[in-house]
Amino acid sequence: MPEVILEAKDLVKHYPIKTGIMRRTTGHVKAVDGVSFELHKGETLGIVGESGCGKSTLGRLIMRLEEPTAGEVVFEGLEMQKASTGDMRKLRRDIQIVFQDPYTSLNPRMTVGDIIGEPFEIHSEVVPKGGRRQRVQELLDLVGLNPEHINRYPHQFSGGQRQRIGIARGIALNPKVLVCDEPVSALDVSVQAQVVNLMEKLQDELGLAYIFIAHDLSVVRHISDRVGVMYLGKMAELGTEDEVYEHPTHPYTQALLSAVPVPDPTLRGKREQIVLVGDVPSPANPPKGCRFHTRCWKAQEKCKVEEPQLIDRPDGQGAHRSACHFAELRTIVETVDVTQVEPDDRFAGTDVRDPSDAEAAADVPAPESVNEHVAQDRNLPGDATTMVQNDEGAPDRREI
Amino acid sequence: MTTTTTRAAKKAVPESRYVPEDGLLLDVEDLHVEFHTADGIAKAINGVSFQLRQGETLAILGESGSGKSVTAQAIMGILDMPPAVIPEGKIRYCGQDLLTMDPEVRRKTRGPEISMIFQDALSSLNPVFPVGWQIAEMFRQHRELNKSDAMNEAVRLMERVQIPAARERVKAYPHQFSGGMRQRIMIAMAIALDPAVLIADEPTTALDVTVQAQIMALLEELQEERKMGLILITHDLGVVADVADRIAVMYAGRLVETADILPLYASPAHPYTRGLLESIPRLDQKGQTLAAIGGLPPNLMRIPQGCAFNPRCRMAQDICRQDRPELREIVSGRFSACHFAEEVIDA
Ligand SMILES: Nc1ncnc2c1ncn2[C@@H]1O[C@H](COP(=O)(O)OP(=O)(O)OP(=O)(O)O)[C@@H](O)[C@H]1O
Ligand SMILES: Nc1ncnc2c1ncn2[C@@H]1O[C@H](COP(=O)(O)OP(=O)(O)O)[C@@H](O)[C@H]1O
Ligand code: SF4
Ligand code: SF4
Ligand SMILES: [Mg+2]
Ligand SMILES: [Mg+2]
Repeated sequence: MPEVILEAKDLVKHYPIKTGIMRRTTGHVKAVDGVSFELHKGETLGIVGESGCGKSTLGRLIMRLEEPTAGEVVFEGLEMQKASTGDMRKLRRDIQIVFQDPYTSLNPRMTVGDIIGEPFEIHSEVVPKGGRRQRVQELLDLVGLNPEHINRYPHQFSGGQRQRIGIARGIALNPKVLVCDEPVSALDVSVQAQVVNLMEKLQDELGLAYIFIAHDLSVVRHISDRVGVMYLGKMAELGTEDEVYEHPTHPYTQALLSAVPVPDPTLRGKREQIVLVGDVPSPANPPKGCRFHTRCWKAQEKCKVEEPQLIDRPDGQGAHRSACHFAELRTIVETVDVTQVEPDDRFAGTDVRDPSDAEAAADVPAPESVNEHVAQDRNLPGDATTMVQNDEGAPDRREI
Repeated sequence: MTTTTTRAAKKAVPESRYVPEDGLLLDVEDLHVEFHTADGIAKAINGVSFQLRQGETLAILGESGSGKSVTAQAIMGILDMPPAVIPEGKIRYCGQDLLTMDPEVRRKTRGPEISMIFQDALSSLNPVFPVGWQIAEMFRQHRELNKSDAMNEAVRLMERVQIPAARERVKAYPHQFSGGMRQRIMIAMAIALDPAVLIADEPTTALDVTVQAQIMALLEELQEERKMGLILITHDLGVVADVADRIAVMYAGRLVETADILPLYASPAHPYTRGLLESIPRLDQKGQTLAAIGGLPPNLMRIPQGCAFNPRCRMAQDICRQDRPELREIVSGRFSACHFAEEVIDA
């Protein structure tokens, strides 16, 4: 396996809950509560889990958009929390982020050229001023957009095209790690495939490592080399794509996998369905012992008192990390290897260029009201990052 | 579980509903919907026809903007008119055209005959009233139950949709429930008056997969138990594969393909359906090469001439840019709106 480029060590992020007129702290939301993993050079680590489990918070901690309550991020052997200002500058160049919502993550008043070139303002050493326009055009070309559209505004692009712009901006500084928080979740399936294919191509060409955060287990399986499954601020299971999807040992992973619908009606009623009871408990007050014990059908006395560690446990073919006292293989997904199967190119293609009729999107006038609305939501960056809201709005809109 | 044991519940069964012998509940014919806006006329629905029978689940599948919700709103009679205009079409419910019906009579069909579940439960429930009260109110208005009988019915219904500790929670407000619980409450309200037709517009799109699985299981059970006709609107080919009997694929305000579920997935008869199936990553496959449909759905103010899909279609020929393909039967029970459907189905 290639060398480790980034490592998260026992990362913790607790947000204070303030109540009453005195705004006294009455508790903490344990958004991320002791997460460790390593990311290898050039690989994709998928992070999956249900809403509120701490995926985006983890992403922000890795980006150092927020200070962890405890724990550390080590990048190329350097501890981020102890880095000097100079080191930090370099770190901020080497780790970049792409956000979910292509409709709100781009400043509507800036041209695409300015948006993609903005990181160069802060890191002017990367491209000298005179070469910027050309570099931006190269980037547009790289993400499959027409370089001549450098002077257009975000509203003149479709959702998929805007996500390409976000990616171009993310790779502008030649980062080594790209954190992608739900990068394709807002896109329709036919467009989602275009963007996923583009991301895979860029990874091959640029040797990027991705942390790919998503709630869609099928997309994550497709793009990831390794996968971490999160539940209530903790990693429940961590392994290679094969290990997690074909040899899951954690009951939560098994339940999650069994709930994902598969687009094949011949499997109806034939797949194992584990229906979980109840809801995810509040991260302000996670259950003691194993956090999953309130919903786990295998829970024993031990699970209520002793927290299971994320350590290698046998999975039927070898061993991989699982945080369950009673970890044991249960095959949920009957996997078919389709490596040799080529898509039928009479109906769809694997070309990563944006093939759409750009003019068709461009001639749509931007309703002024939309512009205003988007502008208010914005929180413009002092750094080469842009904060956007998640689909639920609240959790991701906060100060950097 | 049946609720016919109590006096209150007996009234909860509609006295008489005329359902034609062939079980045909809903017959939508050549429906057109336009939005007249300052920028021009958006042709959202351009001649949609389909039928729904008792006990059947019809999935309407399409990408965002294809017209799924507008179709649902037209059937429910909840489109804002203006800007919406229905220049043509019929929506027959048990033989009667809802579009020409007296508005007051039509209003009374909403709830007891046809009802709907929306994607966003939070904004569809009234935030200032307790959920139990909201459900009970339906029984009081439509079934003339007294206060305590209505409340009992509400509790029973909340139990039926598996709200834990329902009796204690009838007084809780919508924001006090999780997303999944709110969707259950929406479902309870939608089935309260025992409708013949239930329309679910992306009922699980905002929910996590484990919750989605719970909600879909509940909907299936209720449909089975009440023999409702269910229209499931979704963009998710996985959800469709799990529950639908028939499927109608929508593109730019038209149905481009309709078929029973098994043959459609086995051999799609329209290039768009085919492309969609190529472009979704599958949980149960590894090493998959994803292929994408190029381009974007058209702007509804300027739908391309001929076949609306032609700018994105890899099979398009000159004829596709001139003549619009009608939805026609290709083999028994399978319809496609493509000039070359026979080739596609064999591909
Ligand atoms: N600044 C904050 N203040 C208080 N609570 C927060 C803050 N940021 C996140 N949280 C809480 O921490 C938990 C984890 O949030 P996070 O946004 O990381 O989840 P997520 O896994 O990304 O979810 P989703 O899939 O919905 O995007 C949630 O309960 C969230 O409400
Ligand atoms: N009130 C409205 N005014 C103008 N256009 C509308 C209105 N409601 C829907 N539309 C348009 O009708 C088309 C179909 O929308 P809809 O049925 O909501 O799509 P979906 O398939 O995603 O449910 C879209 O182009 C949408 O913008
Ligand atoms: S430790 Fe116990 S409660 Fe937790 S997942 Fe394993 S069996 Fe279930
Ligand atoms: S009619 Fe022509 S353009 Fe339309 S789907 Fe068929 S082949 Fe493609
Ligand atoms: Mg998030
Ligand atoms: Mg809709």
